Amino acid sequence: MSERRIRVLVAKPGLDGHDRGAKTVASVLRDHGMEVVYTGLHKTPAMIAEIALQEDVDVVGLSILSGAHMELFPRVRKELVERGMDQVLMIGGGIIPQDDMQTLESDGFAKLFGPGTNTGVIAEYIQTEVTKRWAASEAKA
Amino acid sequence: MTSAASNSLSTRLLAGERFALARMISWAENSNSRFPEALEAIWSRVGRATRTGVTGPPGAGKSTLVNELCALIREEERTVGILAVDPSSPLSGGALLGDRIRMEDRTADAGVFIRSMASRGSHGGMARSAVDAMDVMDAFGMHDVLVETVGVGQAEYDVVAAADTVLVVLCPGAGDGVQAMKSGLLELADVIAINKCDLPGADRLTSDMTEAVHLRTAGRDLWAPPVVQCSAGKREGVDDVLAAIKTHREHLKDQLDSHRRRKRIQQVRQVVGERMEEALWEEGDLAEQVEAILRTGTTPYATASNVTQSLLRTASGNQAKGIQA
Repeated sequence: MSERRIRVLVAKPGLDGHDRGAKTVASVLRDHGMEVVYTGLHKTPAMIAEIALQEDVDVVGLSILSGAHMELFPRVRKELVERGMDQVLMIGGGIIPQDDMQTLESDGFAKLFGPGTNTGVIAEYIQTEVTKRWAASEAKA
Repeated sequence: MTSAASNSLSTRLLAGERFALARMISWAENSNSRFPEALEAIWSRVGRATRTGVTGPPGAGKSTLVNELCALIREEERTVGILAVDPSSPLSGGALLGDRIRMEDRTADAGVFIRSMASRGSHGGMARSAVDAMDVMDAFGMHDVLVETVGVGQAEYDVVAAADTVLVVLCPGAGDGVQAMKSGLLELADVIAINKCDLPGADRLTSDMTEAVHLRTAGRDLWAPPVVQCSAGKREGVDDVLAAIKTHREHLKDQLDSHRRRKRIQQVRQVVGERMEEALWEEGDLAEQVEAILRTGTTPYATASNVTQSLLRTASGNQAKGIQA
Protein backbone atom coordinates (compact mmCIF):
# COMPACT_ATOMS: atom_id res chain seq x y z
CA MET A 1 0.00 0.00 0.00
CA SER A 2 1.48 3.30 -1.02
CA GLU A 3 1.13 6.03 1.54
CA ARG A 4 -0.84 9.15 0.87
CA ARG A 5 1.26 12.19 0.00
CA ILE A 6 0.39 15.85 0.24
CA ARG A 7 -0.27 17.24 -3.24
CA VAL A 8 0.35 20.94 -3.79
CA LEU A 9 -0.32 23.21 -6.75
CA VAL A 10 2.09 26.13 -6.97
CA ALA A 11 0.56 28.68 -9.32
CA LYS A 12 1.43 32.01 -10.90
CA PRO A 13 -1.71 34.02 -11.64
CA GLY A 14 -1.81 36.90 -14.09
CA LEU A 15 0.83 38.94 -15.83
CA ASP A 16 3.82 38.39 -13.61
CA GLY A 17 7.04 36.97 -14.98
CA HIS A 18 8.91 36.47 -11.73
CA ASP A 19 8.86 32.86 -10.65
CA ARG A 20 12.06 32.33 -8.72
CA GLY A 21 10.07 32.47 -5.47
CA ALA A 22 7.48 30.00 -6.76
CA LYS A 23 10.20 27.61 -7.94
CA THR A 24 12.07 27.92 -4.64
CA VAL A 25 8.96 27.10 -2.65
CA ALA A 26 8.09 24.24 -5.02
CA SER A 27 11.55 22.70 -4.54
CA VAL A 28 11.41 23.10 -0.77
CA LEU A 29 8.00 21.42 -0.58
CA ARG A 30 9.28 18.57 -2.74
CA ASP A 31 12.21 18.19 -0.34
CA HIS A 32 9.67 17.92 2.47
CA GLY A 33 8.16 14.90 0.72
CA MET A 34 5.27 16.60 -1.04
CA GLU A 35 4.16 16.12 -4.64
CA VAL A 36 4.24 19.53 -6.23
CA VAL A 37 2.66 20.53 -9.52
CA TYR A 38 3.92 23.82 -10.91
CA THR A 39 1.69 25.63 -13.41
CA GLY A 40 4.25 27.81 -15.16
CA LEU A 41 3.69 31.52 -15.72
CA HIS A 42 0.69 33.65 -16.71
CA LYS A 43 -2.23 31.52 -15.64
CA THR A 44 -5.81 32.78 -15.43
CA PRO A 45 -7.82 32.05 -12.28
CA ALA A 46 -9.98 29.58 -14.26
CA MET A 47 -6.91 27.69 -15.51
CA ILE A 48 -5.47 27.47 -12.00
CA ALA A 49 -8.73 26.13 -10.60
CA GLU A 50 -9.07 23.64 -13.44
CA ILE A 51 -5.53 22.34 -12.89
CA ALA A 52 -6.17 22.09 -9.13
CA LEU A 53 -9.25 20.01 -9.89
CA GLN A 54 -7.60 17.67 -12.38
CA GLU A 55 -4.65 17.14 -10.06
CA ASP A 56 -6.89 16.73 -6.98
CA VAL A 57 -4.48 18.75 -4.86
CA ASP A 58 -4.73 19.34 -1.11
CA VAL A 59 -3.16 22.79 -1.31
CA VAL A 60 -3.18 25.68 -3.78
CA GLY A 61 -0.34 28.14 -3.27
CA LEU A 62 -0.40 31.36 -5.27
CA SER A 63 2.71 33.41 -5.85
CA ILE A 64 2.39 37.00 -7.00
CA LEU A 65 4.70 39.98 -7.27
CA SER A 66 2.71 42.16 -9.64
CA GLY A 67 0.48 43.87 -7.09
CA ALA A 68 -2.73 42.41 -8.55
CA HIS A 69 -3.34 40.05 -5.63
CA MET A 70 -6.56 41.71 -4.42
CA GLU A 71 -7.98 41.23 -7.90
CA LEU A 72 -6.65 37.76 -8.72
CA PHE A 73 -6.58 35.86 -5.42
CA PRO A 74 -10.34 36.14 -4.72
CA ARG A 75 -11.07 35.17 -8.32
CA VAL A 76 -8.98 32.00 -7.99
CA ARG A 77 -10.85 31.18 -4.82
CA LYS A 78 -14.21 31.78 -6.53
CA GLU A 79 -13.29 29.49 -9.43
CA LEU A 80 -12.22 26.78 -6.98
CA VAL A 81 -15.44 27.04 -4.98
CA GLU A 82 -17.47 26.86 -8.20
CA ARG A 83 -15.76 23.55 -8.93
CA GLY A 84 -16.59 22.18 -5.50
CA MET A 85 -12.98 22.55 -4.34
CA ASP A 86 -13.74 24.59 -1.21
CA GLN A 87 -11.91 22.06 0.98
CA VAL A 88 -8.56 22.96 -0.56
CA LEU A 89 -6.07 24.76 1.68
CA MET A 90 -5.46 28.11 0.03
CA ILE A 91 -2.24 29.96 0.74
CA GLY A 92 -0.24 32.62 -1.00
CA GLY A 93 2.90 34.67 -0.97
CA GLY A 94 4.80 37.47 -2.63
CA ILE A 95 4.84 41.23 -2.31
CA ILE A 96 1.60 41.76 -0.41
CA PRO A 97 1.01 44.59 2.12
CA GLN A 98 0.02 43.60 5.68
CA ASP A 99 -3.49 45.05 5.37
CA ASP A 100 -4.17 43.08 2.21
CA MET A 101 -2.87 39.92 3.86
CA GLN A 102 -5.38 40.38 6.66
CA THR A 103 -8.21 41.03 4.24
CA LEU A 104 -7.40 37.90 2.24
CA GLU A 105 -7.01 35.83 5.41
CA SER A 106 -10.48 36.82 6.47
CA ASP A 107 -11.79 35.89 3.04
CA GLY A 108 -11.02 32.22 2.52
CA PHE A 109 -7.24 32.26 2.42
CA ALA A 110 -5.70 30.27 5.26
CA LYS A 111 -2.38 32.06 5.34
CA LEU A 112 -0.26 34.54 3.41
CA PHE A 113 3.54 34.49 3.59
CA GLY A 114 5.58 37.62 2.97
CA PRO A 115 9.15 38.09 1.73
CA GLY A 116 11.83 36.71 4.04
CA THR A 117 9.67 33.86 5.33
CA ASN A 118 11.74 30.83 6.26
CA THR A 119 10.73 28.23 3.67
CA GLY A 120 10.69 25.49 6.31
CA VAL A 121 7.92 27.41 8.06
CA ILE A 122 5.74 27.16 4.95
CA ALA A 123 6.34 23.41 4.68
CA GLU A 124 5.55 22.84 8.35
CA TYR A 125 2.41 24.96 8.12
CA ILE A 126 1.15 22.90 5.17
CA GLN A 127 1.97 19.61 6.86
CA THR A 128 0.10 20.58 10.02
CA GLU A 129 -2.96 21.98 8.25
CA VAL A 130 -3.37 19.21 5.69
CA THR A 131 -2.94 16.51 8.32
CA LYS A 132 -5.74 18.17 10.30
CA ARG A 133 -8.01 18.29 7.25
CA TRP A 134 -7.34 14.67 6.39
CA ALA A 135 -8.20 13.60 9.92
CA ALA A 136 -11.42 15.62 9.78
CA SER A 137 -12.50 14.14 6.45
CA GLU A 138 -11.64 10.61 7.63
CA ALA A 139 -13.82 11.16 10.67
CA LYS A 140 -16.65 12.29 8.39
CA ALA A 141 -16.29 9.26 6.10
CA MET B 1 -20.74 3.79 4.78
CA THR B 2 -17.74 2.81 2.66
CA SER B 3 -20.01 1.35 0.06
CA ALA B 4 -22.16 4.47 -0.16
CA ALA B 5 -19.11 6.69 -0.60
CA SER B 6 -17.62 4.62 -3.41
CA ASN B 7 -20.97 4.12 -5.09
CA SER B 8 -21.68 7.79 -5.13
CA LEU B 9 -18.21 8.59 -6.46
CA SER B 10 -18.55 6.05 -9.25
CA THR B 11 -22.06 7.30 -10.01
CA ARG B 12 -20.75 10.85 -10.21
CA LEU B 13 -17.91 9.70 -12.44
CA LEU B 14 -20.27 7.94 -14.81
CA ALA B 15 -22.41 11.08 -14.85
CA GLY B 16 -19.41 12.92 -16.24
CA GLU B 17 -18.29 14.89 -13.19
CA ARG B 18 -14.64 15.81 -13.61
CA PHE B 19 -13.95 16.12 -9.91
CA ALA B 20 -15.11 12.51 -9.43
CA LEU B 21 -12.61 11.46 -12.11
CA ALA B 22 -9.83 13.34 -10.31
CA ARG B 23 -10.77 11.89 -6.93
CA MET B 24 -11.02 8.32 -8.15
CA ILE B 25 -7.53 8.58 -9.64
CA SER B 26 -6.35 9.73 -6.18
CA TRP B 27 -7.98 6.68 -4.66
CA ALA B 28 -6.09 4.49 -7.12
CA GLU B 29 -2.87 6.33 -6.39
CA ASN B 30 -3.19 6.03 -2.62
CA SER B 31 -4.36 2.40 -2.72
CA ASN B 32 -7.49 3.63 -0.97
CA SER B 33 -9.47 0.66 0.32
CA ARG B 34 -12.59 2.01 -1.42
CA PHE B 35 -10.99 1.84 -4.87
CA PRO B 36 -11.57 -1.84 -5.78
CA GLU B 37 -15.30 -1.51 -5.16
CA ALA B 38 -15.51 1.77 -7.06
CA LEU B 39 -13.68 0.17 -10.00
CA GLU B 40 -16.13 -2.69 -9.95
CA ALA B 41 -19.00 -0.21 -10.29
CA ILE B 42 -17.52 1.31 -13.45
CA TRP B 43 -15.90 -1.82 -14.88
CA SER B 44 -18.52 -2.39 -17.58
CA ARG B 45 -17.46 0.93 -19.13
CA VAL B 46 -13.75 0.07 -19.17
CA GLY B 47 -12.17 -1.09 -22.43
CA ARG B 48 -13.47 1.36 -25.00
CA ALA B 49 -10.56 3.80 -24.99
CA THR B 50 -7.45 3.34 -27.08
CA ARG B 51 -4.33 3.39 -24.93
CA THR B 52 -0.96 4.68 -26.00
CA GLY B 53 2.15 4.62 -23.84
CA VAL B 54 4.81 7.22 -24.58
CA THR B 55 8.33 6.77 -23.29
CA GLY B 56 11.91 7.76 -24.04
CA PRO B 57 14.92 9.37 -22.39
CA PRO B 58 14.58 12.64 -20.42
CA GLY B 59 14.50 15.66 -22.69
CA ALA B 60 13.50 13.75 -25.83
CA GLY B 61 10.38 15.88 -26.10
CA LYS B 62 7.75 13.43 -24.86
CA SER B 63 5.48 16.01 -23.20
CA THR B 64 5.66 18.34 -26.19
CA LEU B 65 4.85 15.50 -28.56
CA VAL B 66 1.99 14.31 -26.35
CA ASN B 67 0.64 17.86 -26.35
CA GLU B 68 0.74 18.01 -30.16
CA LEU B 69 -0.72 14.51 -30.58
CA CYS B 70 -3.49 15.58 -28.26
CA ALA B 71 -4.21 18.62 -30.44
CA LEU B 72 -4.52 16.42 -33.55
CA ILE B 73 -6.75 13.90 -31.79
CA ARG B 74 -8.99 16.74 -30.61
CA GLU B 75 -9.42 17.84 -34.23
CA GLU B 76 -11.06 14.46 -34.78
CA GLU B 77 -13.57 15.37 -32.05
CA ARG B 78 -12.19 12.70 -29.77
CA THR B 79 -11.62 13.34 -26.07
CA VAL B 80 -8.24 12.70 -24.47
CA GLY B 81 -7.02 11.66 -21.03
CA ILE B 82 -3.33 12.21 -20.35
CA LEU B 83 -1.40 10.64 -17.50
CA ALA B 84 2.06 12.13 -17.02
CA VAL B 85 4.32 10.16 -14.70
CA ASP B 86 7.39 11.81 -13.19
CA PRO B 87 9.92 10.32 -10.78
CA SER B 88 9.68 10.76 -7.02
CA SER B 89 12.80 11.75 -5.13
CA PRO B 90 14.36 8.67 -3.56
CA LEU B 91 15.55 10.86 -0.68
CA SER B 92 12.48 12.82 0.36
CA GLY B 93 9.75 10.89 -1.44
CA GLY B 94 8.53 14.19 -2.83
CA ALA B 95 8.24 15.09 -6.50
CA LEU B 96 8.14 18.08 -8.79
CA LEU B 97 5.56 17.38 -11.48
CA GLY B 98 6.20 19.66 -14.43
CA ASP B 99 5.01 17.85 -17.54
CA ARG B 100 1.81 19.81 -17.83
CA ILE B 101 3.73 23.05 -18.30
CA ARG B 102 4.29 21.84 -21.86
CA MET B 103 0.64 20.96 -22.21
CA GLU B 104 -0.84 24.26 -21.11
CA ASP B 105 -2.71 24.86 -24.38
CA ARG B 106 -4.90 21.98 -23.29
CA THR B 107 -5.90 23.32 -19.86
CA ALA B 108 -8.89 25.28 -21.10
CA ASP B 109 -10.19 22.38 -23.20
CA ALA B 110 -13.07 20.51 -21.56
CA GLY B 111 -12.36 17.52 -23.82
CA VAL B 112 -8.98 16.97 -22.22
CA PHE B 113 -8.06 15.80 -18.72
CA ILE B 114 -4.43 15.85 -17.64
CA ARG B 115 -3.19 14.20 -14.49
CA SER B 116 0.37 14.19 -13.13
CA MET B 117 1.48 11.19 -11.13
CA ALA B 118 4.65 10.70 -9.10
CA SER B 119 6.33 7.30 -9.34
CA ARG B 120 6.48 6.83 -5.53
CA GLY B 121 9.17 4.19 -5.21
CA SER B 122 9.86 1.27 -7.46
CA HIS B 123 7.79 -1.59 -6.11
CA GLY B 124 5.55 -1.76 -9.12
CA GLY B 125 2.83 -0.07 -7.14
CA MET B 126 3.15 2.84 -9.53
CA ALA B 127 2.52 0.66 -12.54
CA ARG B 128 -0.67 -0.58 -10.94
CA SER B 129 -1.83 2.91 -9.98
CA ALA B 130 -1.14 4.08 -13.52
CA VAL B 131 -3.13 1.23 -15.06
CA ASP B 132 -5.94 1.95 -12.60
CA ALA B 133 -5.87 5.61 -13.58
CA MET B 134 -6.08 4.66 -17.26
CA ASP B 135 -9.05 2.42 -16.49
CA VAL B 136 -10.79 5.26 -14.68
CA MET B 137 -10.19 7.71 -17.56
CA ASP B 138 -11.45 5.05 -19.95
CA ALA B 139 -14.65 4.52 -17.93
CA PHE B 140 -15.17 8.27 -17.73
CA GLY B 141 -15.47 8.14 -21.51
CA MET B 142 -12.16 9.48 -22.78
CA HIS B 143 -11.72 8.15 -26.32
CA ASP B 144 -7.95 8.14 -26.18
CA VAL B 145 -5.73 7.70 -23.15
CA LEU B 146 -2.07 8.67 -23.37
CA VAL B 147 0.37 7.76 -20.61
CA GLU B 148 3.82 9.30 -20.54
CA THR B 149 6.83 8.14 -18.52
CA VAL B 150 10.56 8.62 -18.59
CA GLY B 151 12.08 5.52 -20.16
CA VAL B 152 14.21 4.40 -17.26
CA GLY B 153 13.58 1.59 -14.83
CA GLN B 154 11.36 -1.44 -14.66
CA ALA B 155 8.38 0.31 -13.13
CA GLU B 156 8.26 2.81 -16.00
CA TYR B 157 8.45 -0.03 -18.52
CA ASP B 158 5.57 -1.74 -16.80
CA VAL B 159 3.45 1.38 -17.16
CA VAL B 160 3.84 1.85 -20.88
CA ALA B 161 3.79 -1.89 -21.52
CA ALA B 162 0.21 -1.89 -20.23
CA ALA B 163 -0.84 0.26 -23.20
CA ASP B 164 -2.10 -1.07 -26.56
CA THR B 165 0.58 0.80 -28.47
CA VAL B 166 3.97 1.93 -27.21
CA LEU B 167 5.52 5.02 -28.76
CA VAL B 168 9.23 5.46 -28.07
CA VAL B 169 10.51 9.00 -28.52
CA LEU B 170 14.20 9.57 -29.26
CA CYS B 171 16.12 12.63 -30.35
CA PRO B 172 19.52 13.27 -31.91
CA GLY B 173 22.38 14.40 -29.71
CA ALA B 174 21.59 12.01 -26.87
CA GLY B 175 23.87 9.16 -27.90
CA ASP B 176 23.81 7.09 -31.08
CA GLY B 177 21.42 4.34 -32.09
CA VAL B 178 23.37 1.77 -30.12
CA GLN B 179 22.49 3.61 -26.90
CA ALA B 180 18.83 3.24 -27.73
CA MET B 181 19.33 -0.44 -28.55
CA LYS B 182 21.08 -1.26 -25.31
CA SER B 183 18.57 0.61 -23.20
CA GLY B 184 16.00 -1.99 -24.18
CA LEU B 185 13.56 0.64 -25.37
CA LEU B 186 13.56 -0.89 -28.80
CA GLU B 187 12.01 -4.19 -27.73
CA LEU B 188 9.13 -2.29 -26.24
CA ALA B 189 8.44 0.00 -29.19
CA ASP B 190 5.49 -0.32 -31.57
CA VAL B 191 6.29 3.06 -33.10
CA ILE B 192 9.59 4.98 -32.93
CA ALA B 193 9.52 8.76 -33.25
CA ILE B 194 12.75 10.59 -33.98
CA ASN B 195 11.86 13.97 -32.49
CA LYS B 196 13.72 17.25 -33.04
CA CYS B 197 14.36 16.02 -36.58
CA ASP B 198 15.63 19.45 -37.60
CA LEU B 199 18.72 18.97 -35.41
CA PRO B 200 21.98 17.59 -36.81
CA GLY B 201 22.25 13.83 -36.48
CA ALA B 202 18.55 13.14 -36.96
CA ASP B 203 18.99 11.33 -40.28
CA ARG B 204 21.79 9.22 -38.89
CA LEU B 205 19.73 8.25 -35.86
CA THR B 206 16.77 7.47 -38.11
CA SER B 207 18.79 5.13 -40.30
CA ASP B 208 20.43 3.53 -37.24
CA MET B 209 17.03 2.83 -35.74
CA THR B 210 15.58 1.59 -39.02
CA GLU B 211 18.47 -0.82 -39.28
CA ALA B 212 18.10 -1.93 -35.68
CA VAL B 213 14.41 -2.63 -36.26
CA HIS B 214 15.26 -4.58 -39.39
CA LEU B 215 17.86 -6.67 -37.55
CA ARG B 216 15.37 -7.56 -34.89
CA THR B 217 12.32 -8.27 -37.00
CA ALA B 218 13.45 -9.33 -40.49
CA GLY B 219 12.30 -12.82 -41.41
CA ARG B 220 10.40 -13.18 -38.17
CA ASP B 221 6.71 -12.93 -37.56
CA LEU B 222 7.08 -9.69 -35.60
CA TRP B 223 5.62 -6.22 -35.96
CA ALA B 224 8.33 -3.94 -37.37
CA PRO B 225 7.97 -0.59 -35.61
CA PRO B 226 7.85 2.26 -38.14
CA VAL B 227 10.54 4.90 -37.57
CA VAL B 228 8.99 8.34 -38.04
CA GLN B 229 10.68 11.75 -37.99
CA CYS B 230 8.97 14.69 -36.37
CA SER B 231 9.59 18.02 -34.71
CA ALA B 232 6.91 18.38 -32.07
CA GLY B 233 8.09 21.87 -31.10
CA LYS B 234 7.58 23.03 -34.71
CA ARG B 235 4.43 20.96 -35.19
CA GLU B 236 5.96 19.04 -38.05
CA GLY B 237 5.50 15.35 -38.73
CA VAL B 238 3.23 14.84 -35.73
CA ASP B 239 0.48 13.68 -38.09
CA ASP B 240 2.85 10.98 -39.37
CA VAL B 241 3.41 9.80 -35.80
CA LEU B 242 -0.33 9.64 -35.20
CA ALA B 243 -0.82 7.78 -38.48
CA ALA B 244 1.82 5.23 -37.42
CA ILE B 245 0.07 4.72 -34.08
CA LYS B 246 -3.19 4.11 -35.95
CA THR B 247 -1.49 1.64 -38.30
CA HIS B 248 -0.27 -0.34 -35.31
CA ARG B 249 -3.74 -0.29 -33.81
CA GLU B 250 -5.13 -1.58 -37.09
CA HIS B 251 -2.50 -4.33 -37.03
CA LEU B 252 -3.57 -5.32 -33.51
CA LYS B 253 -7.25 -5.34 -34.35
CA ASP B 254 -8.13 -9.04 -34.10
CA GLN B 255 -5.65 -9.64 -31.30
CA LEU B 256 -6.54 -6.60 -29.23
CA ASP B 257 -8.62 -8.52 -26.71
CA SER B 258 -6.03 -11.24 -26.16
CA HIS B 259 -3.30 -8.58 -26.12
CA ARG B 260 -5.11 -6.74 -23.35
CA ARG B 261 -5.85 -9.90 -21.39
CA ARG B 262 -2.16 -10.75 -21.39
CA LYS B 263 -1.46 -7.35 -19.84
CA ARG B 264 -4.21 -7.94 -17.28
CA ILE B 265 -2.54 -11.19 -16.23
CA GLN B 266 0.47 -9.10 -15.24
CA GLN B 267 -1.73 -6.81 -13.21
CA VAL B 268 -3.45 -9.69 -11.41
CA ARG B 269 -0.10 -11.36 -10.83
CA GLN B 270 1.19 -8.25 -9.16
CA VAL B 271 -1.82 -7.80 -6.92
CA VAL B 272 -1.75 -11.49 -5.96
CA GLY B 273 1.94 -11.12 -5.12
CA GLU B 274 1.29 -8.12 -2.90
CA ARG B 275 -1.63 -9.75 -1.13
CA MET B 276 0.33 -12.97 -0.58
CA GLU B 277 3.25 -11.11 0.83
CA GLU B 278 1.02 -9.12 3.13
CA ALA B 279 -0.82 -12.24 4.28
CA LEU B 280 2.39 -14.15 4.88
CA TRP B 281 4.49 -11.56 6.61
CA GLU B 282 2.02 -9.29 8.29
CA GLU B 283 -0.82 -11.60 9.31
CA GLY B 284 0.96 -14.87 10.05
CA ASP B 285 3.89 -15.76 12.29
CA LEU B 286 6.29 -16.40 9.41
CA ALA B 287 8.82 -13.86 10.65
CA GLU B 288 9.06 -15.70 13.99
CA GLN B 289 9.47 -19.05 12.21
CA VAL B 290 12.24 -17.64 10.05
CA GLU B 291 14.01 -16.25 13.06
CA ALA B 292 13.86 -19.65 14.73
CA ILE B 293 15.44 -21.32 11.68
CA LEU B 294 18.12 -18.65 11.41
CA ARG B 295 19.00 -19.14 15.06
CA THR B 296 20.16 -22.69 14.24
CA GLY B 297 22.91 -21.16 12.07
CA THR B 298 21.28 -21.84 8.69
CA THR B 299 22.20 -19.61 5.71
CA PRO B 300 19.56 -17.21 4.36
CA TYR B 301 19.23 -19.29 1.16
CA ALA B 302 18.74 -22.59 2.95
CA THR B 303 16.24 -20.90 5.25
CA ALA B 304 14.36 -19.51 2.26
CA SER B 305 14.25 -22.96 0.57
CA ASN B 306 12.95 -24.46 3.76
CA VAL B 307 10.21 -21.84 4.05
CA THR B 308 9.25 -21.94 0.35
CA GLN B 309 8.96 -25.72 0.31
CA SER B 310 6.80 -25.72 3.37
CA LEU B 311 4.55 -22.98 1.90
CA LEU B 312 4.21 -24.81 -1.42
CA ARG B 313 3.30 -28.05 0.38
CA THR B 314 0.53 -26.23 2.19
CA ALA B 315 -0.60 -24.60 -1.06
CA SER B 316 -0.75 -27.88 -3.00
CA GLY B 317 -2.71 -29.40 -0.15
CA ASN B 318 -5.25 -26.65 -0.55
CA GLN B 319 -5.23 -26.74 -4.33
CA ALA B 320 -7.61 -29.68 -4.38
CA LYS B 321 -10.27 -27.30 -3.13
CA GLY B 322 -9.76 -25.18 -6.26
CA ILE B 323 -10.13 -21.49 -6.91
CA GLN B 324 -13.52 -20.05 -6.16
CA ALA B 325 -14.74 -18.01 -9.13
